[in-house]
Amino acid sequence: MGYTADILVVDDESVILDAVTKICTLEGYRVTQAAEASTAAHVLSGGTYGLMLCDIMMPQMDGFQLLEIARKRAPGMPVIMATGYSTVENAVRSLREGAIDFVPKPFTSDELLSAVGRAVRYRRLAEAIAAAGQGPVDPSLLIVPCPPRYQRLGYASWVVLEDGGTALIGLTHLFLRILERIDGLELQPVNAEIAQGTACAQARTPDGLLHSVLAPVSGRIVEVNPAATPDAIEKDPYFAGWLYRCIPSDVDYEMPQLTPFSAGTLF
Amino acid sequence: MAFLQDIGLKLILVAGLTAILIIGVFAYFNIQSLDASLQAEVERHANQLSETVKYSTRQDMLVNQRDRIHQVINEVGRQPSISRVRVLNKTGEIIYSSLEEEIGTTVDKKAESCYACHQADQPIERLPIADRTRVFQVHPDSSRMLGIINPIFNEKACWSAACHVHPEQQTVLGVLDVTLPLAEVDRTIQKSRMEMLIFAVIAFLAISVIIGYFVERWVDTPVKSLLKATQQVADGNLGYRIDIRRNDEIGKLARSFNNMTDKLSEARMQLFQSDKLASLGRLAAGVAHEINNPLTGVLTYSSFLMKRTQNQPEIQEDLKVIVRETLRSRDIVKSLLDFARQSIPKKNEADLHEIIDRAISVVHNQITLGHVTLVKNLDPVLPRLTLDANQIQQVFINLIVNGIDAMSGTGGTITIGTSVQKLSPVGMAQIKKATCPKRHSLIDGAVKIEGLPSARVKIRATGEEGFLYIDPLYGRHRDQTSWPIAAGQLRQVQCPECATSLIEQDVTCPLCGAPAYWMEIPTLGKWEACTRQGCDWQRWDSMDTGGLRDYAEITVSDTGSGIPADALPRIFEPFFSTKGQKGTGLGLSVIWGIIDNHNGTIKVESELNKGTTFRIRLPFEQPR
Repeated sequence: MGYTADILVVDDESVILDAVTKICTLEGYRVTQAAEASTAAHVLSGGTYGLMLCDIMMPQMDGFQLLEIARKRAPGMPVIMATGYSTVENAVRSLREGAIDFVPKPFTSDELLSAVGRAVRYRRLAEAIAAAGQGPVDPSLLIVPCPPRYQRLGYASWVVLEDGGTALIGLTHLFLRILERIDGLELQPVNAEIAQGTACAQARTPDGLLHSVLAPVSGRIVEVNPAATPDAIEKDPYFAGWLYRCIPSDVDYEMPQLTPFSAGTLF
Repeated sequence: MAFLQDIGLKLILVAGLTAILIIGVFAYFNIQSLDASLQAEVERHANQLSETVKYSTRQDMLVNQRDRIHQVINEVGRQPSISRVRVLNKTGEIIYSSLEEEIGTTVDKKAESCYACHQADQPIERLPIADRTRVFQVHPDSSRMLGIINPIFNEKACWSAACHVHPEQQTVLGVLDVTLPLAEVDRTIQKSRMEMLIFAVIAFLAISVIIGYFVERWVDTPVKSLLKATQQVADGNLGYRIDIRRNDEIGKLARSFNNMTDKLSEARMQLFQSDKLASLGRLAAGVAHEINNPLTGVLTYSSFLMKRTQNQPEIQEDLKVIVRETLRSRDIVKSLLDFARQSIPKKNEADLHEIIDRAISVVHNQITLGHVTLVKNLDPVLPRLTLDANQIQQVFINLIVNGIDAMSGTGGTITIGTSVQKLSPVGMAQIKKATCPKRHSLIDGAVKIEGLPSARVKIRATGEEGFLYIDPLYGRHRDQTSWPIAAGQLRQVQCPECATSLIEQDVTCPLCGAPAYWMEIPTLGKWEACTRQGCDWQRWDSMDTGGLRDYAEITVSDTGSGIPADALPRIFEPFFSTKGQKGTGLGLSVIWGIIDNHNGTIKVESELNKGTTFRIRLPFEQPR
């Protein structure tokens, strides 16, 4: 990727701080460690970090509290949440509260690097838009215009309910812009069960990394779009480029967890 | 007095004493009247005798023939039924007597024969017969005597006679005193008393034996078996049942007791399960978090190393194993976490038979390998159910695999059956809307009981004020209060918004008599419950009278080794396994949790070496 950025890593486990530091430093990132959320909150005010990788379960202040502070003190800084207690609830809550990604522990070095890479590119896109003279940019505005009934989980996946009780799931334009190019897609078969907040598809990029897409709703896949080639998806991500048609299992509970696409977005 | 601790003896004693009291009073009046009539007879006889003596000696007295008078009196006095005959003059001197030795002696005017007339200073001259009679005892040990005095009045012949003994002014010249023994009367009365006593004793014994027999039969034996049952329950044996088949109060008590232990055992099971699952969930969450952090260290470093040593194939192979095994550990931890979460079921309308078919296709290989014949006995017109298809599929997979394991090696038959059953809605119907009389909604989304929004009312008890959160499932009784209240306390119930009392004026709890409170369930009538903390009475007429609800019943039977009777009550407990090292002991507890989350029930019937049947009941109407 070649883009260098300062990464703030927050975790109460020193082995994880060291591992993340080692992997990221060798990829050319500068890494600052914080063993406590309060330390991180303190350094956030002074420093300018490109992104933050944050544990959720920490003593005293937890990751969600730190996320809230980070969004006030460093608006525009992407935050990746990571936790050993990787429940669906934690994943969905992280994304709803403004984190751009959720990485369940334990992760491999590639999983870490793909998440960090996406965050860096996300930041770069946001800054490019800001530099174009339109002022500070709310990350939620980095979405391509699309029909109003579409809802998203984080910035990567969308879902729309169809008449007749089924739902379509696909990838957002922003996600595709961040990955730049997709070599291949790894999809689930028909009849597979997907769960909100857990990986439902993986996109391979030319650098060999796999990028997980979290399912926006739970349900059973009834159809996989045969036309969902990387090219078709990039051309028309919201209509012809859908990935799955599924029967959602708990619309009443899960839909309120999602974010509606707002009107007047930039891409 | 230890023997008075026995209810039977108490009853015998009370009934016996009552009989004795009644017989005693009866005997007293009976003997009194017998005594009176016998005495009256003797009295009449004595009076006649005394008149006879008086008239037979009258002529001799007038002519002063003292020897003849003496002779008459002696002869009369010798009669065996007569104790004594004597004549006293007015000074009390005994002039004639059948007892020679007392002639010439004087009796005191205060003596018993004189007293009747001489109690005043001036003697009374004429007395009725009753006053002339007296009953006395010469000696405390001797039998009673009856004496009668007969006054000898002055008459013209007495003072005009030649002897001139008596002055004309005198009215009474003396008295004739006849004494008769009452020994015969006393004997009769004594005999009568004796008979009464014997009668009383026999009555007492008869009553004791009869009451004792029936108390033993109707009260003692059943009470002892009840006592034994309560001791069994106290010792934790909630499966104990009382075998009393009667329709009286004791029979009702026994049935009610059996019913109570059933409910208790069910509630304990439920509590136990939720407790275990909750602590298991906490444990799993803790373990997952603690293990995932060190695993992150292993996985990041090993995957990183693998990437950086791509030109060293000899290291690559080893590193691949480390990464692969670490990823495997990650999956194990994830599945543990998934199990522990026991998420709220995500329910959709689904075809149960389709789910069963999918479950069968998943375990198809195991069925073939285990030489198991699978028989489907499905109801062709089973309506669709609202359920979490994934979870229910997991239930069937687990049950079928359990069946295959139970027939390991030998093979056998697994039968899956479905049918529609009509059952009582208690424990299943949900209160979705409730209002006070002024139409304020009482349903409170903030406090959920087992995932369902409760009804909230304001309560006051023991001087404190707070809220009662009512279990929305009718008949489940998992109410909560905002502060602990001792069982038995009465609670004032009000609408939390307008403070209107919800206590009913004229309805009391049929179980404990406390006032009842109510809520309006829109379109479904009145819901009522007891104001006493801890009392479980509830009434929802439209549910109670609405009849039975439809349930889908699914049975999964195998012809395997069966489950020992002592293991049956525990098989739904987490970590309880009859498969030894082969199982984790989680399968059936997960099934139990899933069925419970669907407001259904699961029961097991098993016979050693014959097979096991799991019976699942799922309601067609699901509260969401």
